[in-house]
Amino acid sequence: MYVAVKGGETAIENAEKLLAEERRGNPDVPEISLEQISEQLSLSVDRVMAEGSLHDRKLASLAIKQARGDLVEAIFLLRAYRTTLPRFGASEPLDTAQMAIQRRVSATFKDLPGGQILGPSFDYTHRLLDFDLAENGAMPEPAPEADTPVDATMPRVADLLGEEGLIEREIPNDQDAGEPLDLTRDAARFPLDRATRMQGLARGDEGFLLSLGYSTQRGYGRNHPFAGEIRLGEASVEFIPEELGFAIEIADITVTECQMVNRFQGSDEIPAQFTRGYGLVFGHNERKAMSAALVDRALRAEELGEATDAPAQDQEFVLSHADNVEASGFVQHLKLPHYVDFQSELITVRALRAEALDKQAAE
Amino acid sequence: MNATGYNFAYLDEQTKRMIRRAILKAVAIPGYQVPFGGREMPLPYGWGTGGIQVTASIIGADDVLKVIDQGADDTTNAVNIRRFFAKTAGVTTTEHTTDATIIQTRHRIPEVLLSAHQTIVYQVPTPEPLRWIEPREAETRKMHALTEYGIMHVGLYEDIARFGRVTTSYNYPVRVNARYVMSPSPIPKFDNPKMDQMDALQLFGAGREKRVYAIPPHTSVESLDFEDHPFQIETWEERCALCDADDSFLDEVITDDAGTRMHVCSDSDYCRDRQEAGHVGDGGPE
Repeated sequence: MYVAVKGGETAIENAEKLLAEERRGNPDVPEISLEQISEQLSLSVDRVMAEGSLHDRKLASLAIKQARGDLVEAIFLLRAYRTTLPRFGASEPLDTAQMAIQRRVSATFKDLPGGQILGPSFDYTHRLLDFDLAENGAMPEPAPEADTPVDATMPRVADLLGEEGLIEREIPNDQDAGEPLDLTRDAARFPLDRATRMQGLARGDEGFLLSLGYSTQRGYGRNHPFAGEIRLGEASVEFIPEELGFAIEIADITVTECQMVNRFQGSDEIPAQFTRGYGLVFGHNERKAMSAALVDRALRAEELGEATDAPAQDQEFVLSHADNVEASGFVQHLKLPHYVDFQSELITVRALRAEALDKQAAE
Repeated sequence: MNATGYNFAYLDEQTKRMIRRAILKAVAIPGYQVPFGGREMPLPYGWGTGGIQVTASIIGADDVLKVIDQGADDTTNAVNIRRFFAKTAGVTTTEHTTDATIIQTRHRIPEVLLSAHQTIVYQVPTPEPLRWIEPREAETRKMHALTEYGIMHVGLYEDIARFGRVTTSYNYPVRVNARYVMSPSPIPKFDNPKMDQMDALQLFGAGREKRVYAIPPHTSVESLDFEDHPFQIETWEERCALCDADDSFLDEVITDDAGTRMHVCSDSDYCRDRQEAGHVGDGGPE
């Protein structure tokens, strides 16, 4: 005699307990602390803050711990918390020219005002596993300090080119006036303006943007990019409280900024010049900032009168699929029961087969 | 038991008001997809976040909530969503369709007729019925605005020309109030006729796509078809092995390694009610 499956609630509760046990791992191994995650897995924390759209190292560390190091799951946790927070306004635009620079490189000029600052980078490390690291305890040798501090103000490379009129000017237009649309609060409707697109890119999945950016380099929407500048440093966040009426600094946050400079052949209205793609990310993440800049430029193809036949140039394609919390949920929802739909399909497929077999038999 | 630190039914009141405004607009324009500022919920996208937000926005302390998935109250996702509302809103929950004031559902409409004091909330994965024909929202919006639905009929016609029948078996498109073509959500087409002139309010929430839409009570809902190929629903030769029903949607259950199967009601509450009323099926294969 068939008995219908029951007990979903107990099963879910027990699964949660098992998961908590798995998360903790072997209890003989000391538990990892949020400080350890924040200090020693700092780039994971940066990524979770960026795609979680919430700048809070401690909460991001907690999310990583709770998610057992699964960063997309950690991003989901942070987002679900973020959505419960009240929103009290938009900050003033960040002035990245004034950021306290940790790293700044340009691929377009050998030297430039402010100089090239290599900073902390994996770029020129030999990717050899460091077996000394496997033995805990040894402190790294401190890096020597430069004789002169870096310049307080470093002009952005794209602004230097602007002096000559070689690069498109970026001046705020009417569209940019007032508070930007908040993708996490308002339903965006396509087509999206550039500011909204950039918001989507800033919280978009790093891997997805990396692949899309890469696809433009391989010919699917080629746009002749140069890494005009990549900079990493601390920028002040300023906010104007209504009751004060003037800007106050509320935080210093680490950001990575990338300005791509792309050659543009010119069109009927615009003579040949360089155009820009822009990427800005919380924390230190050049791979994401550069990918976002490539994709931002690709998404401007229509505005610049270029052909738009590549995936990276299609804003509905890019922005509807860039969010890993949405994508992860929907892909994995296929785990949910679909017995009813499948039953309907069974009936249809059986009927189609029966008709086809009848027809064959008749012939 | 209430979850501490969160508002009644999880969402803050401003958000609920925003969603209720969207619902009001949706009710005023039956079948039209209204964009809303969908929030990120503590459950994954694709697992009912749209339905949960709609339910959270309309639920009150006196409501009695029923949650079903595939017609059943005991499927894990239904259990989980019911657990979420029991925790965050402390409302009474029920498995009895007739006792519920709000029924949140995924993939089914209960077998018993819903009444005027009830609201059914559908979880919707893809609110756009034209999506499989035109992936771009900017385009589908225009098609809806211009009532440009010919292509939907072309699709049905191609099916009939090639296979002698329409091969869409679930999420079968409907036309609401003789105006908007609408996705009924992935319910089997068996359930489509229940939407027509229903006494209860029907609300649809799509969380990932940030859209709500509605069918007010007593509104016409027609499944797309042709005069010479009228819309048809699934039928079974079998009856429910547990309650002997011959009028409900039946799930096939495989009972042994040889692929022996039996048929049981997908609506677990309907089946239990019938069994309690003394109806006995053949019990399936021995």
